[in-house]
Amino acid sequence: MAHFAKPVEGSWTEHFGLATDPVSYDDSITPEQYALEREAIFKKTWLNVGRVEQLPKPGSFFTKELDAAGTSVIVVRNSAGELRAYHNMCRHRGNKLVWNDYPRVESSGMCRQFTCKYHGWRYDLDGKLTFVQQEEEFFNLDRDRFGLVPVTIEEWQGFIFVTFNPKPQPLKDYLGRLGAGIEGYPFGMMTQKHTYRAEVASNWKLFIDAFMEFYHAPVLHAKQSVGEESRKLQGFGYEALAYDIDGPHAMVSSWGGMAPPKDLSMVKPIERVLRSGLFGMWEGPDVGELPAGLNPARSPAWGIDSFLFFPNFMLLVWKPGWYLTYHYWPTSYNTHIFETSLYFAPPQNAFERLQQELAVVTFKEYGLQDGNTLEATQMMLESGAITEFPLNDQEIALRHLHTTCREYVAEYTGSKAAAPTPISAAS
Amino acid sequence: MANLPTDFAELEPFSEWILPSEYDRYGKRIASSMDELQAFYDAAFPRLEDGAEYLKSVSISGISDEDRNLLWLFSSLVTVSFPVEAWRQPRVPDSGATSIDVVVEPRP
Repeated sequence: MAHFAKPVEGSWTEHFGLATDPVSYDDSITPEQYALEREAIFKKTWLNVGRVEQLPKPGSFFTKELDAAGTSVIVVRNSAGELRAYHNMCRHRGNKLVWNDYPRVESSGMCRQFTCKYHGWRYDLDGKLTFVQQEEEFFNLDRDRFGLVPVTIEEWQGFIFVTFNPKPQPLKDYLGRLGAGIEGYPFGMMTQKHTYRAEVASNWKLFIDAFMEFYHAPVLHAKQSVGEESRKLQGFGYEALAYDIDGPHAMVSSWGGMAPPKDLSMVKPIERVLRSGLFGMWEGPDVGELPAGLNPARSPAWGIDSFLFFPNFMLLVWKPGWYLTYHYWPTSYNTHIFETSLYFAPPQNAFERLQQELAVVTFKEYGLQDGNTLEATQMMLESGAITEFPLNDQEIALRHLHTTCREYVAEYTGSKAAAPTPISAAS
Repeated sequence: MANLPTDFAELEPFSEWILPSEYDRYGKRIASSMDELQAFYDAAFPRLEDGAEYLKSVSISGISDEDRNLLWLFSSLVTVSFPVEAWRQPRVPDSGATSIDVVVEPRP
């Protein structure tokens, strides 16, 4: 029995014009497909690489390793206070320009200029080549021709994006209706940040799949709830309040009765005392009126909205006034680096710091359950023993993600089979 | 000098749980037996309500060493509450070799 209304078509999947056939996961199990996705997706779309709070003043910089786009970038605030990005590569003989100790490890800090470790070439914050060691030994070297190679960079609501597309759509246009719908949310006031990182032995899309559906939650995470409540949740199953899709992006709007719970016996003892949990502090900060794109069903039961900005940036806004981000950075067809940052308003006292700790650690406990499941899924998908998989209506965002990836790859390869490749039910 | 504020001196025997990083708190949890986790929980949980009230009066800026220690001790209680209240084992069930490690955390 449906607990929440669905569109007139009878399902979200049909409402958004997606096929309902079983899908293939052959887009997640081969090096060849990953090679295509790097070109067709990660070198073409806007990629979120961080937040403006990471670059508080002129000279603040960080580096970002982007295996999926085949490069590393330096992101910096120049002396005029503007954001700039460059390929992290010296113009002399190609050494990686900014790194500490280990060339594959990301770094950050403050500097007035970038100096190459190899031969001491120096570049200012605008990428201009300012010093060449033994310049007279070169042959008519024109410094103006050897500045750092810029990467296109734009900011949206404090989120910093780069793209390697030579003719990119403006970022705001790319983020479309779903992006526009959450503009104005006070992301900038939530500067208390916890970041976690994991190396996951699965295709990058499989972890997005796990976090863009909650169909799994009452089962996989059953033990996170107190006994009676857990049984009730499994019997109830999961239905979203609403889904939305715009271009390559998707969102799921979900209920959340845990902050605060209707009945204290629903939650664990530590949550009762600290008045916090997976959904955050029960009494969060005042974030003012919500932008129209949040809680689109206007449900009083609303708890959390999860946005996937294609290809690999998820943004989750929680009812009690905080947000988190997920990033999935592929490193091969069956491995990726998962990063998550949880952002809260700075705690007013040590108790609030402790409440935030409970939210953070609860997230980690859930994530650990999800992570191992992915490796198990990847292993069996690679076996090829089964090649078609039925997805239900609560898994619409997964279906849309894999469909979108196939469309990007098809466009890149110029294939006429631009349509997604659901397996025909008739075959 | 005491590790903890006077009102919480009874928790001094558990001062090995005063760990400023979540990485270390989680590491100590999975290196402990359920008996050890239960013993810490049984001593610290009954003081959490008082601790919560006390920490509400402690501002983050200019926090004293003792108050900071109390914050980290109760943060360890948060970490230990999962095996004690939910899992009945130190590790998250079925989490196998998976790890999710903290790389940025605010420490007053």
